[in-house]
Amino acid sequence: MAGAVAIALWGPERWRRLLAGDRAIRLAGLGWPSVTLAVLLAWSLWLMRESSGVDRPATLSIEVTGERWWWRVLYPDGRGGSIPEANELRLPVGAEVDLVLRSADVIHSFWVPSLGGKLDMVPGRRNVLRIRAERPGVYRGQCAEYCGGPHAQMAFFAIAMPEEEFRRWLLSAGAGPGPGAAERGAALFRAAGCGACHAVRGTDAVGTVGPDLTRLGSRRDIAAGALANTPANLRRFITDGQSVKPGNRMPEFKIFTAAELDDLAAYLTGLR
Amino acid sequence: MTTDPLLKPEGPLPNPVPRPPGELEALEKAWEVPKGWRIISEVNNTVIGWYFIAAAFLFFLLAGVLGLLIRLQLAVPGNSFLSQETYNQIFTMHGTVMMFLFAVPAVEAAGVLLLPSMLGARDLPFPRLGAFAFWTYLIGGLVFFCTLFAGTAPDGGWFMYPPLTGQRFSPGIGADWWLLGIGFIEISAIAGAIEIIVGTLRTRAPGMTLTRMPIFAWTMLIFAFMVIFAFPAVILATILLELERAFDWPFFIAERGGDPLLWQHLFWFFGHPEVYIIFLPAAGMVSMIVPTMAGTPLVGYRLIVVALVAVGFVSFGLWAHHMFTTGIPAWSQGFFSAASMIVALPSGIQIFSWIATMAAGRLRLTTASLFVIGFLLIFTLGGLTGVMVALVPFDRQAHDSYFVVAHLHYVLFGGMVFPLLAAIYYWVPAYSRLALSERLGRWAFALIFGGFNLAFLPMHLTGLLGMPRRVHTYPSGLGWDGLNLLSTIGAFVLAAGLLLIVIDLALHLRPTNGAPAGDVWKAGTLEWLPNDNHATRSIPRVASREPLWANPNLPREVEDGAWYLPNTATGWRETIVTSPLHGEPQYLMRLSGPGWAHLAAAVFTAGFFLLLTVKAVALALTCGVLAIAAILVWVWETDPPPAGQVSIGGGILLPTYATGRLSHSFWAMITLILTAAALYLSYLFSYLYLWTAAPQVWPAPARLPTAEPLAAAALLAASAALLMLALRLVRNAQGSRLTLIATIILGMIALAGGLASDAAGWWWAGFRPTSDGHTALVAANMVLQAQIVGVVLVMGGFAAARHAAGKIDPTRRVVIDNLALFWAYAIGQSAFGMALTHGFPRLAAG
Repeated sequence: MAGAVAIALWGPERWRRLLAGDRAIRLAGLGWPSVTLAVLLAWSLWLMRESSGVDRPATLSIEVTGERWWWRVLYPDGRGGSIPEANELRLPVGAEVDLVLRSADVIHSFWVPSLGGKLDMVPGRRNVLRIRAERPGVYRGQCAEYCGGPHAQMAFFAIAMPEEEFRRWLLSAGAGPGPGAAERGAALFRAAGCGACHAVRGTDAVGTVGPDLTRLGSRRDIAAGALANTPANLRRFITDGQSVKPGNRMPEFKIFTAAELDDLAAYLTGLR
Repeated sequence: MTTDPLLKPEGPLPNPVPRPPGELEALEKAWEVPKGWRIISEVNNTVIGWYFIAAAFLFFLLAGVLGLLIRLQLAVPGNSFLSQETYNQIFTMHGTVMMFLFAVPAVEAAGVLLLPSMLGARDLPFPRLGAFAFWTYLIGGLVFFCTLFAGTAPDGGWFMYPPLTGQRFSPGIGADWWLLGIGFIEISAIAGAIEIIVGTLRTRAPGMTLTRMPIFAWTMLIFAFMVIFAFPAVILATILLELERAFDWPFFIAERGGDPLLWQHLFWFFGHPEVYIIFLPAAGMVSMIVPTMAGTPLVGYRLIVVALVAVGFVSFGLWAHHMFTTGIPAWSQGFFSAASMIVALPSGIQIFSWIATMAAGRLRLTTASLFVIGFLLIFTLGGLTGVMVALVPFDRQAHDSYFVVAHLHYVLFGGMVFPLLAAIYYWVPAYSRLALSERLGRWAFALIFGGFNLAFLPMHLTGLLGMPRRVHTYPSGLGWDGLNLLSTIGAFVLAAGLLLIVIDLALHLRPTNGAPAGDVWKAGTLEWLPNDNHATRSIPRVASREPLWANPNLPREVEDGAWYLPNTATGWRETIVTSPLHGEPQYLMRLSGPGWAHLAAAVFTAGFFLLLTVKAVALALTCGVLAIAAILVWVWETDPPPAGQVSIGGGILLPTYATGRLSHSFWAMITLILTAAALYLSYLFSYLYLWTAAPQVWPAPARLPTAEPLAAAALLAASAALLMLALRLVRNAQGSRLTLIATIILGMIALAGGLASDAAGWWWAGFRPTSDGHTALVAANMVLQAQIVGVVLVMGGFAAARHAAGKIDPTRRVVIDNLALFWAYAIGQSAFGMALTHGFPRLAAG
């Protein structure tokens, strides 16, 4: 195109005459793009079929629900029930995985750029995204459909691990708190009513409004990618969550003393 | 090409020169611009065109500043320059203002300013409507923009997807500002489009056949048709969402039988044509500039016209390519992907036509040419990335990422702003005492071209690296940091270039009606003839596409008054109405002059919508009533009585009044009805679409009302009979004045009664709009019918009053003709709506 403009402006007379007619317009403006576009279209339709994975059965189906502004994840436990998790997606390497995508409120979009395309989570609809992680690793994902408020801070990590390791991880939940700080933290967690919104399996915390915390300590991030998972950040999110991630639905808990916050962080970090 | 006996291609000029003394003075008197501040009551296209362009440019700069704020916030990771809340409002307003308050009004403004002089008309056919459209746009736009300063601007993104923008997740009034503010600015765009359609088809110079019409006029004609078919879809969407927010009618709430994707379908059915609505007129400008600068006629004129018409049609068939990631079925993705490829072809034709024209002549590298070349390069790149995102597998990655941000800026900034800047440098001499500075212009071009690419080229990569759109912050370490900083620097370089243009405009733009710099580029089309507020002194016969090149003496002949209509034949402002295809003179149209009623109507219309947004219902209704009153006062002065036949020269005698299909108001009415039908078709689509999404909420036939709809049908039939009777009475001058008035009033009562009976039937059968998607749609049907019936009632009352005042007779009956057309349409739409809402559930139940 740039070449054609250059020829039209400064090219030799003979070349310019070739360009200056209806025939050139038909050939260059209509014929050439028709051919290339048709080829591209055919190729993309073939790719669409490939990537939809309709021919291959899925070995695993995981439900992911977009919530303002975090991710609810449900793994099948193999016995007809499900294991709740949040803000992290673990996958067996090489497996064909169907992600069943739903939304609990507004439209979100599930996107892990390195693992494949995005697919929207639309209220009232069930969309299925087929993905396969070729190599073990940690892949960042993020909500791709503007969902208001802290949409920018609705991220997660997808972690692809060997099949065997994945099975072990899936069924290995819920070590209780160790003695000392963690034990005091567990009591505080109960007393402050955290369990009204959050669940920790094996305890009386069974809330489902917020993310499941059963294995919070093993996650890389907290608050859906808003902060790295360190004891200091846990304390910060509990007391000043609204300045870290404005608009998120967890109120700030300013009732704890510094020592109590340390205990809580010790408890939460110990949940694995 | 037919040869018109009236338009002998050779022979003496139609009017002898020199012209009698006093003739020019009378013409100037009729077209005199009101002095001082009273200029705001002026309606002539040159004055309104300037206002319009200035306002659009103002909104461009304001939204551009918002863009700079966005870039500042994103310059570094984790930035806290803007709060999340402010950022969300700013990016929503940047997109909304650019699309609705800048892009569409700007091209419409260019049409208002350029079309009449380019076509050889004295003005557009409905000057006060044009002025009304401008003032509503200006007032509404300014108030809308100022919501940012109050912190109550919308923050749902420019495409406002529910349920995020529904009452539950956006309880503030930001979304209402968007829905009501933008909704009514779209109505102003439609008013402008109707004027442009009638102006382009009916007020061309004698002899200007469609195939001699400048390409810019072609693009504006297609633009206007696209506006009247595309905008109703988004107007319906805004009506539905506002009804949901205000009254809890669940159109988009999935749990209650609505569907959020309905909004996306309606929005993009408007939104994709919107891109071409903006781009086509810009391409039309390029098709005017390139031949002039190359000094040779446009190569491939016919191919371009075919390409433009093709774009007009195809662009309505690819809206769902904005929805590839919503989970729509694969076959439909394939279809829309293919359609998106096809729409690239007409652009290929246009681009190579311009290149062919450059090759056929010698392009002078003026500032305007530079912007055109910049446009060609940037738009082509945008077209290539467009083809990429039209491929479904690629789009799944690129969608809603910065890749798309880059793509849309290449297409819109490259495809529309560059041609617009070229157009400013090109056409300013035709309307300003001074031309703009070529030196400043070149510097501006260099900065804008360089800055634009520096800002937006890296964004392709940022997007492919995974950065989503509409994020107010991002963490470092993802490879996005450096690219974002580059984009921010580029944005400021671009802004510096635009600032140079503002300086150039401040230094050199001196709008004038009488003494412009003139034809500095040696162009070939009519807008370069000597111009005043009355346009050219006389209106030439056009025998080619470049009349000024065909006849170098034309400017002098026109200025001497040797061509048609060198005077004011009736003392009014006038223009020649010609036939739509061949441009044969048909009658002399008298145009309205300056006035205040349309201004009051604009203020009160804006007041109605804006006060409604802040829930000041009583005040809003007062404004609404005052607006209707002002409109009635304004149209009362139009439709002057016939003034016999007048000569325009060359032995051509033209009547001064026309009725039926000949009349320009008939054409406007048909266009308006097409708009209303497009709105109703969008409703039909919504009804059927929601049924596919939530068939479970459709009622069993036994629950449907029966007696009331039958009564309603009978009332509609009675109204139709009364309409025919009224028409007979007028045409044959039968019956007393009172009989006709009574017939009209009875017909109105029957029409309104039909609607009321149908509504009562649903209500008594226990259907409530808030129950589910189906009942909400039934109620929405009532709202749409009530809108149309309301307009017919006002028109009927107006016609009755005109008749009582003796201003209607068998010849002077445009008011009755218009009423009859719209009344008939109202009956048809009501009947269709009843057939749909009562018939479909029975049909669907099998």
